[in-house]
Amino acid sequence: MSGPSTFVPKSALGRWFESRLPVMGLVHSSFVAYPTPRNLNYWWTFGAILSFMLGAQIITGVVLAMHYTPHVDMAFNSVESIMRDVNWGWFLRYAHANGASMFFIAVYVHMLRGLYYGSYKAPREVLWILGVIIYLLMMATGFMGYVLPWGQMSFWGAKVITNLFSAIPFVGDTITTWLWGGYSVDNPTLNRFFSLHYLLPFMIAGVVILHVWALHVVGQNNPDGVEVKNVEKDTVPFTPYATIKDSFAVVVFLILYAWFIFFTPNFLGEADNYIMANPLVTPPHIVPEWYYLPFYAILRAVPNKLLGVCALFGAILILAFLPWLDTSRVRSGKYRPAFKVFFWLFVLCALGLGYLGAQPPDDGPVLAARILSLYYFGFFLVILPLLGLFETPKTPPASIADAVLGKGASGANH
Amino acid sequence: MLFIATGAAAAVGAGAVAWPLINQMNPDASSIAAGAAVEVDLSAIKEGQIVTIKWRGNPIFVRHRTKKEIEDAQNANLGEMRDPQTDAARVKKPEWLVLIGVCTHLGCIPQGHDGQYDGWLCHCHGSVYDTSGRIRQGPAPRNLEVPAYTFLSDTKLSVG
Repeated sequence: MSGPSTFVPKSALGRWFESRLPVMGLVHSSFVAYPTPRNLNYWWTFGAILSFMLGAQIITGVVLAMHYTPHVDMAFNSVESIMRDVNWGWFLRYAHANGASMFFIAVYVHMLRGLYYGSYKAPREVLWILGVIIYLLMMATGFMGYVLPWGQMSFWGAKVITNLFSAIPFVGDTITTWLWGGYSVDNPTLNRFFSLHYLLPFMIAGVVILHVWALHVVGQNNPDGVEVKNVEKDTVPFTPYATIKDSFAVVVFLILYAWFIFFTPNFLGEADNYIMANPLVTPPHIVPEWYYLPFYAILRAVPNKLLGVCALFGAILILAFLPWLDTSRVRSGKYRPAFKVFFWLFVLCALGLGYLGAQPPDDGPVLAARILSLYYFGFFLVILPLLGLFETPKTPPASIADAVLGKGASGANH
Repeated sequence: MLFIATGAAAAVGAGAVAWPLINQMNPDASSIAAGAAVEVDLSAIKEGQIVTIKWRGNPIFVRHRTKKEIEDAQNANLGEMRDPQTDAARVKKPEWLVLIGVCTHLGCIPQGHDGQYDGWLCHCHGSVYDTSGRIRQGPAPRNLEVPAYTFLSDTKLSVG
């Protein structure tokens, strides 16, 4: 993915195959010889962690589908039978359900890393937007997956989220009926959600390939936000350096993942989802999965239905415009003293919205959510555009080698 | 000319194939058939009571309103309503209020005899409805919907 390969297989069979389909050369140039900036820190290992999680979700998901029945009368019991009867079913299901949460933990770290180090700035805009598309697909996939066990939260989550589309003027009700395939969330809805939940991860995999391709065209950003100038001095080969570091990070991440699976598998779930879906009883307190909570808080912060739905989708879509909203010429937050403060306030704001999204819609939490929603949008629409004009950034090092080895290491006179 | 003709044929063909792929997601014949009218026996519903029945997968509220509830609904000030509608326009007989029990905000089922108007309160996002099912407070944009219904006799109601 980074230009013509100079890779020559050692064996005669390898050379015969390579001259017909140069796939080994592609892997070699992308994941072996590929130059990675030598100053990358551990925040850069989350791409590998995410790839691992996508693989884990697809594998556990495919085997769970062998035991699951997408029918309103049988779905709930088939999930219980996976838990009790299927060999290792409890493990596969807990790995898949908690895997979704781990996937989102990793993607939020990955996104915040990109935000802090300015990884969305030119020439990485397309790379960033592909990432936003992956995130949207992940949200859709996670939502539909949560509906499949057909518990109370599954059903009412599906009802509330599909009803978001009824806010669209004039055609809203037609669209909602079309999404449902009936007059309410019912068997046709469950059936199509199962079909799409199986499809979307493979679409994610496709966009991930584009994402990695775009990454390898423009090269990785790095903590100092300066471009590679001298491949010899500024970079190290992907293998062994990045491969080993990424593998180590995946192992550490797996410890956390395994802790959830084996010690507190229902911590991130909702007890109500172990009650079978009942279209005539709404649970007293509906909450979405934790990874949607900040957006749910934004939805509830707006007292008007249509505007609330616009705010919810706007909060996600605004990410795609980030490359043009940030006007600073300095890429990395490391050299932007004021940006750092607003960045960490943004992180706190997102966490605060997440907390508020899980609270009942009383006056206090709603007011707090309104204030934090203003900061959320203000960060992108006001602070980032103005900061580039008014902030006095520090001077980034002249090169990656300078940043790592001290000034002059890049050999300006070579 | 050949290019235009080919392009036009391809566009028509793509549209003709896309429509079945899109339309297959709409309610099928069995869903529509299962959505036929249902009957309710009113004699079993006491004054002040709300009975919930299921129609088209959704709850239907049949409320036998008390005198006070009827008066509250009739005397409410239309000027302060988001979706102004007289009570008379929402009922056929004042003591029987028939509603689709789906919050017009995001589809939760509101709780009866609750909220500051003693009509319904939706616990999901805090929409408040009065004893005529009209939206009075909270994020819901419209009044609770009134389904098509007819009185078959004094004690028998057909919804749908």
